[in-house]
Amino acid sequence: MGSDEDIFPQEYFVYFKKKWQSQGTYLPKDAEASYLQFAQTKQRKEAGSMKYLTKKICTLIITLFIVSLLAFLAFQVIPGDPTTALLGTEATAEAREALRQELGFDRPVLLRYFDWLLNFLRGDMGMSYNYKMPVSEMLLDKLPITALLTLLSFGFTLVLSIPLGIWAGSTKSRALDLGVTVLDQIVMSVPSFFIGMLACFVFGNLFRLFVPGDFVSYTVSWGACLGYLVLPALSIAIPRIAMTVKMLRSSIQTQLQQDYVRTSRSRGSGRKKILRRHVLKNALIPVITFLAVSAAEIMTGSIIVEQVFTIPGISRLLLASISNRDFPVVQAIVVVMAAWIVVVNFVADLLYQLVDPRIRLR
Amino acid sequence: MKKRASVFLWAGGIISGLMLCIILLGCFWTPYDPTAMDPKAKFCAPSLTHLLGTDNFGRDIFSRVVDGAGTSFFIALCVVAIGCAAGILIGSLCGYYGGLPDLILTRVCDSITAFPSFLLALVIVTVAGPGTENIILALGILFIPSFARIVRSEFARCRELNYIKSARLMGAGGARILFRHILPNTFPVLCSAITIGFNNAVLSEASMSFLGIGIQPPYASLGSMLSDSQSFLHSAPWYALGTGGAIVLLILGFSLLSEGLQLKGQR
Repeated sequence: MGSDEDIFPQEYFVYFKKKWQSQGTYLPKDAEASYLQFAQTKQRKEAGSMKYLTKKICTLIITLFIVSLLAFLAFQVIPGDPTTALLGTEATAEAREALRQELGFDRPVLLRYFDWLLNFLRGDMGMSYNYKMPVSEMLLDKLPITALLTLLSFGFTLVLSIPLGIWAGSTKSRALDLGVTVLDQIVMSVPSFFIGMLACFVFGNLFRLFVPGDFVSYTVSWGACLGYLVLPALSIAIPRIAMTVKMLRSSIQTQLQQDYVRTSRSRGSGRKKILRRHVLKNALIPVITFLAVSAAEIMTGSIIVEQVFTIPGISRLLLASISNRDFPVVQAIVVVMAAWIVVVNFVADLLYQLVDPRIRLR
Repeated sequence: MKKRASVFLWAGGIISGLMLCIILLGCFWTPYDPTAMDPKAKFCAPSLTHLLGTDNFGRDIFSRVVDGAGTSFFIALCVVAIGCAAGILIGSLCGYYGGLPDLILTRVCDSITAFPSFLLALVIVTVAGPGTENIILALGILFIPSFARIVRSEFARCRELNYIKSARLMGAGGARILFRHILPNTFPVLCSAITIGFNNAVLSEASMSFLGIGIQPPYASLGSMLSDSQSFLHSAPWYALGTGGAIVLLILGFSLLSEGLQLKGQR
């Protein structure tokens, strides 16, 4: 989009018309009409873009709503009475009834859902059955660490996989091709927790570069915290990097065989220029979707890898709550995670549209 | 491409075949009893008597790995069977008949596949409690949408083809067209979906057992063994390496197979 495509009000057009005419520039007879038409189309396009955004935001809100409803309902169909878990099997019927009223179980499900949702939006996620503590306080302690790990890992995936993928996709060499393919297949098959354990063994036990379990919280020292998180983040990222590289590579190779590349070559453009200006734009489209899926997988991966590196994130709280059947905690964690996934998908959708405006039309 | 596809298929076939043979053999015979403890042989390094060494209770790791791989394999098989059977049923009906039910089911499947299966399995296991059957059920249900999606698109594609039209003209009923005429044509796509699904199932089961919400003791599972081995990483690294290596081989074999099948399908 150059400056010549900017839209001027009609007066500007009249002004430029005079200027051009005085300079002797040729103006076709229907210049004004075609200019107006152009301006209209452009405006309509921009309106379409806004419409797309509004539509996507509406979908986002609806999806979040459905997800929260499902997360709420899933914990309502639990076999057995939640009061049994709290009071034990020997509680009297009156005590049970009193607790049911206190927890609000005697009211209709939908009413309880809306109460829960409103409270949730206000930051009140209910009380933990087990610890008798507000869930939001418990999460506030643990969530930032998991979020940090997830973001760091996603950053690694992004920063390492795209250059590697471009390099692997644009270099033509049979040996390299074979090497990358074989390496990709092998690395993709190693679960992240096993990579984490290997990293613990190699860097912790053999080289003694760090002590597994000696985590420093970010409240104490950012540097030490991030330093400790590098290895876990890498062990989550490595299988994802292998998958992304494989995808980007095949995507670039498919694009390089298209006709427009040959045309561009025949017009004398250099390989690098074609790659940068034409091929990458097309090749990155499927990769964006894949990276959005990766962001979700990385988050679940970080739950597992936290156990390997004994990072005091959300993982241990989640597992303890599952085995104690402490539903409010699990519910809150699931909703937070699901919201993160939905938001990532939303951002991916927008990026998608930015890279490929044709998407809007579908 | 053809050559590479066959290389992948051969490599994958050999690795998975070997694993399968060992697992099948393990059903009837393992070098030691996987649960037999031998206090005298704690933390033996790998040797000819104990191929992968022994663990903290003096149990033979190789026998346990074979046993655990068997459990993982069995669970993955059940999960894929559930997902595949239900996925084919839903996908074929949706793809062939279309209409409003198709639209709704496609939307539901799309939204389920957007979530990591692990998170949903977590919810199901929280609600239903851990255990082998619940894991199979939870993962099986979660695998339905991905199969249904693939099968649906294949059926929707085949619906308009001429041989289906002529079959309809000849008076073939819906069920006959669906399962006698279209289904065999979806096998190439289905095969690679099954191998990918199998990998995901093995990985999900291993992750959940690793976290202690999957297979419960006394049953051996690769994930829970790996989690146990973590405490002895320093004194007995072979425990972790042997168990993790088995998971990697199990997944690698099938991922090579699926890669080969995909390359073959591209031609």
